[in-house]
Amino acid sequence: MTEADEADLARMFRAALEGDEQAYAAFLERVAALVRAVTRRKAGSGVDTEDVVQETLLAIHLKRHTWRPDAPVRPWIFAIARYKLVDSLRRRGRRVEVDIADYAETLAEPVEDVASPREVERALDELPPGQRRVVAAVGVEGRSIGEAAAAFGMNETAVRVALHRGLAAIARGRR
Amino acid sequence: MDTQSLIRALSQDAAAGAARLDHRLALGLALAAGLAAIVWFVLLGPRQDIAEALTTVRFPFKFVVTLALAVSAALAWRRIARPGAPLATVAPLLLAAPVLLAAGVVMELFAVPEGQRMARLIGTNATVCLTFIPLIGALPLAALLAALRNGAPTRPTLAGAFCGLAAGGLAATFYAAHCIDDSPLFVATWYTIAIGMLTLTGALGGRFLLRW
Repeated sequence: MTEADEADLARMFRAALEGDEQAYAAFLERVAALVRAVTRRKAGSGVDTEDVVQETLLAIHLKRHTWRPDAPVRPWIFAIARYKLVDSLRRRGRRVEVDIADYAETLAEPVEDVASPREVERALDELPPGQRRVVAAVGVEGRSIGEAAAAFGMNETAVRVALHRGLAAIARGRR
Repeated sequence: MDTQSLIRALSQDAAAGAARLDHRLALGLALAAGLAAIVWFVLLGPRQDIAEALTTVRFPFKFVVTLALAVSAALAWRRIARPGAPLATVAPLLLAAPVLLAAGVVMELFAVPEGQRMARLIGTNATVCLTFIPLIGALPLAALLAALRNGAPTRPTLAGAFCGLAAGGLAATFYAAHCIDDSPLFVATWYTIAIGMLTLTGALGGRFLLRW
């Protein structure tokens, strides 16, 4: 991680907060790779790395308004990632010291074939049907908001609302 | 659902706006202060001789201490709402109220002969103080905790303690306008215990309510 990365990430995140979906996807990819690498190294076996990655991504999404656009973005990401990792280790009955420095020193690993963890899947299954089919269509099937709207005979605003509520419910339900 | 799918779903939700955290926190703080004022006014109100008391040294000094606590705790409360925001720049401010009060105690010990010190410390209102500061601070504490749920404190227990400390500072400020015991010896003893109760309650509440 370098200063360039910080500036890069901050720029992507600022664009994302203004509604740039591509910038947001790129930002989340980078965060996922970073969190994946640290979790593998720190948590060892017994923890589903990808569960922790997804929990962190959901937390970042749910709490993205707590970042101040003029503040450094990496300490913000690391604090959330660390909180979520410690949280998930505690829920599995383990005590682990995770230092913020572990994140800063880690080079993001390339994305490899990632398993499909159960926790988000389960949370998705528990959503009301209207939200579930929208989240599944946009996420799993990769449809755009417009395509999902056409497929379900809804207007785009309703699709956006269902997606937003569904994701928020998944994020809140998984703590 | 794999991570790629999750990222796809999350990124499509990029435009969904959330209320600015600063606004929510400011609202919560204003609500807390308003609730403290209302409960104080309904239950106690100002002391009868408040105009006269304002011309003394000890009565206004109570507000210097309680306001220092309320302001410094509110700053720490606001800071801890954001992940990764350094506490190191606001934490030392929390020493202001204890240091001011300690200075007041030292001066009081010089000013008051030994035989009267205990009477000043016990005062006339100790149980009232221990009852009403927590009572005035309870709703503000709830308001501050609720506002902080909009943030993302990564240290929930400490964040809850800051809620309690800020609620205690607000409650003590209002209570001080009612209480006729103005000696720093009284304030250092009973106010501290009462604010400590709110802080402990806040820490406990934060542990459970401020997780996310």
